[in-house]
Amino acid sequence: MDDEKVLTRHLGAPGLTTVGGYEKVGGYQGLRKAIQMGPEAIVAEVKASGLRGRGGAAFPTGTKWGFLPKDVFPRYLCVNADESEPGCFKDRVLMEEFPHQLLEGVLIAAYALQVTHAFIYIRGEYRFQRELLERAAKEAYRAGYAGKGVLGTKWDCELIVHGGAGAYICGEETALLNSLEGRRGQPRLKPPFPAVKGLYGQPTVVNNVETLSNLPYIVTEGGARYAALGTEASPGTRLFCVSGHVERPGTFEVPMGKTTFRDLLELAGGVWRGRQFKAMQPGGGSMQVLGPQHLDVPLDFKAVAEAGSSLGAGALVVMDDSTCLVDVASRLVDFYRHESCGKCVPCREGTYFESELMHRLEAGIASRAELAELSDICANMEGRCFCPLGDTATWFVMSALRMFPEEFESHCGAGRCPVRAGSEVAA
Amino acid sequence: MVEADHTDALNPATLARIRQMRDLYPSPRSAVLPALWAIQDELAYLPAWSLEVVATELGLLAGDVEAVSSFYSMYFNHQPGRHQIQVCRNVSCGLRGSDELLRHLENWLGVEDGGTTTDGAFTLEGTVECLGACGGAPMMQVDRFSYENLNPERAEEVLTKIRNSEPRDLD
Repeated sequence: MDDEKVLTRHLGAPGLTTVGGYEKVGGYQGLRKAIQMGPEAIVAEVKASGLRGRGGAAFPTGTKWGFLPKDVFPRYLCVNADESEPGCFKDRVLMEEFPHQLLEGVLIAAYALQVTHAFIYIRGEYRFQRELLERAAKEAYRAGYAGKGVLGTKWDCELIVHGGAGAYICGEETALLNSLEGRRGQPRLKPPFPAVKGLYGQPTVVNNVETLSNLPYIVTEGGARYAALGTEASPGTRLFCVSGHVERPGTFEVPMGKTTFRDLLELAGGVWRGRQFKAMQPGGGSMQVLGPQHLDVPLDFKAVAEAGSSLGAGALVVMDDSTCLVDVASRLVDFYRHESCGKCVPCREGTYFESELMHRLEAGIASRAELAELSDICANMEGRCFCPLGDTATWFVMSALRMFPEEFESHCGAGRCPVRAGSEVAA
Repeated sequence: MVEADHTDALNPATLARIRQMRDLYPSPRSAVLPALWAIQDELAYLPAWSLEVVATELGLLAGDVEAVSSFYSMYFNHQPGRHQIQVCRNVSCGLRGSDELLRHLENWLGVEDGGTTTDGAFTLEGTVECLGACGGAPMMQVDRFSYENLNPERAEEVLTKIRNSEPRDLD
C-alpha cells in the first residue's frame, strides 16, 4: 500500500541503527523541537494525535500522562519492551531496525513528563536486542541526547536498559515495576495505579515500545497529521504482525480503521499452499478467535470489539483448514499455565486444570462431561483472577468452543484427534 | 558460623559491573536482575554461593536474592550446555511444524526437552515462551541469535556449525 508510514518511514535508509545514520533522515529533530515546545505543548500534541497505547490495552497515551499528580517528583518513565504476547514481534522489529527512533521517542516522553530516569525493560530472551539498545543508548549519551544537561539544557536524563529474565507476566505493568525493583515479577493491586504510586512508590508512566516510537513523527509533523492517517475513532497507523498459515509472514504498517483483516491477509500473500482460510486470532495469544465472516472487519478498536475480539498488541495469526482449534487452544493454555505467576488461586489452579483437560480432549480421551467442565473452569477464572493473565487464559478457548462447538465435541471419546487424523497426537 | 567470602571467586570485571549497576539505579535492589545476569554471563549458571555475593553487594539477604532468581526461568541453578537451544512451540511456530522440529532435534541430539548432550555442547529447551519471531516460524534461538524458517535439515546445519564455532559479536 502507498499510504504514508510513520514507524517504518525510514526503512532502508543506510546506517539507521547508528546515531549518525538516524540524524541523516532527520533523527533527533523531534527531540530538539520538543525541548523548544516545552512539556505542556508536547502533551497537548500527543493528545491531539489521538495516540492510544500499542501494548494491548489501547489506553489514550496523552490521558495516561495526564494522570501524573502535579509537582510530585521524582517521577519515572518505564518503557515496556517485554514483548512476549504469542504472535507479536513488532517491538522486536522496531528495536532492531529503528533503535534510535525508539530512544528519541523515550526522550521526548521523558522531557514531556519531566523525568530524570527512563528505564527500558526488555525481556530476557531479547538478549541480542538488549545489546543493540545498550549500544544505541551509549551513542545517544555521547551525542548529548541523554545524560547530564541534554542538548545544553538543565535537564538530566538517564537511559537505563534493563533486561528481564524470562517471565511473560512482566509485561503486565505492575509486575514489570516489581521486577524492575529487583523483586519477583508478580502484579500489584490496583489502585493505586502506577501514575500515582509506581516505581519506588513514585508517579510512573509505563508505555509500550511502539507507542513511544510514534512520538518523533507526532512532534515533528503534528498530532493532527498523525491522527488523519487513520480514522477518527482509530487514529494513526499501526504495525501489525501477520503469522501462521500465510505465504509471506511479516510486519506491515497500515492505517488504522481504513484497513481490514482481509487487506492484512493479502499483504501477507494470502493463505499458504492454496488452502482455505479457517480462523484467525487477532491481537495475540490472549485474544478471542474470529472466523471467515469477520475478514472484512476494519482494524478499528470498536469494530473488532463488536466482532468479539480485540486488536490487542497488533498480531494476526492465520489458521488454514487443516488446523485443529483444540490443538491451538491446548497449546495456548499450556503457555498460560507455564507463565501463571502463582500469586492467585483461580489462575494458578485454573490454568492447571484447564491444561490437563485440554490435553485429554486433544488426545480424544475426554468425555462430554469433561467438556462441560471446561466451561465451568473457565467461568470460575474469568473476572476472578488478580490480573488479566488468568482472564485471558480462557478467552481463546471459550471463543473457539463457541465458534467451533462440533470440533470440540468430535474429540470427546474419539481416541485421537479427529481433525489431525493420521498425525501423531501427544497427550 | 562464619560464612565464606566468595567475592574473590568472581572475575573482578564481573564484580565491578555489579557495583556499577548498584550505583546506577535509584535503589540498589533494582540491580538484582542485572547482577544475576553478570554472574551467569561469567559462570553460565548461578551457583548458590553467587547469590550470597549478590546479597552482600546489594545489602540484601541471600534468601531475598534466591526468591528472585528462582522466579525467572532464564536463570540456571546448574551447569547447562555450552550453547542453549530454545525451540519455540507457541501458536505461530506450532502451526508451521515446531513440534516436528523439536522431535527431530531430540532424536538427532539424543536428549529430551530440557536435557544436555553428553559432550556438553547443547542444552535443548522446547518449553519456552513465544520467542517473538513468529514471522520466521518455525524458529529456534541458540544463545542470543534467532534461526528462522527452519526445517530439520537446516536446523542440523546450523547446530553443526555452532558446535565448533567461536562466540559471535553483535555484527
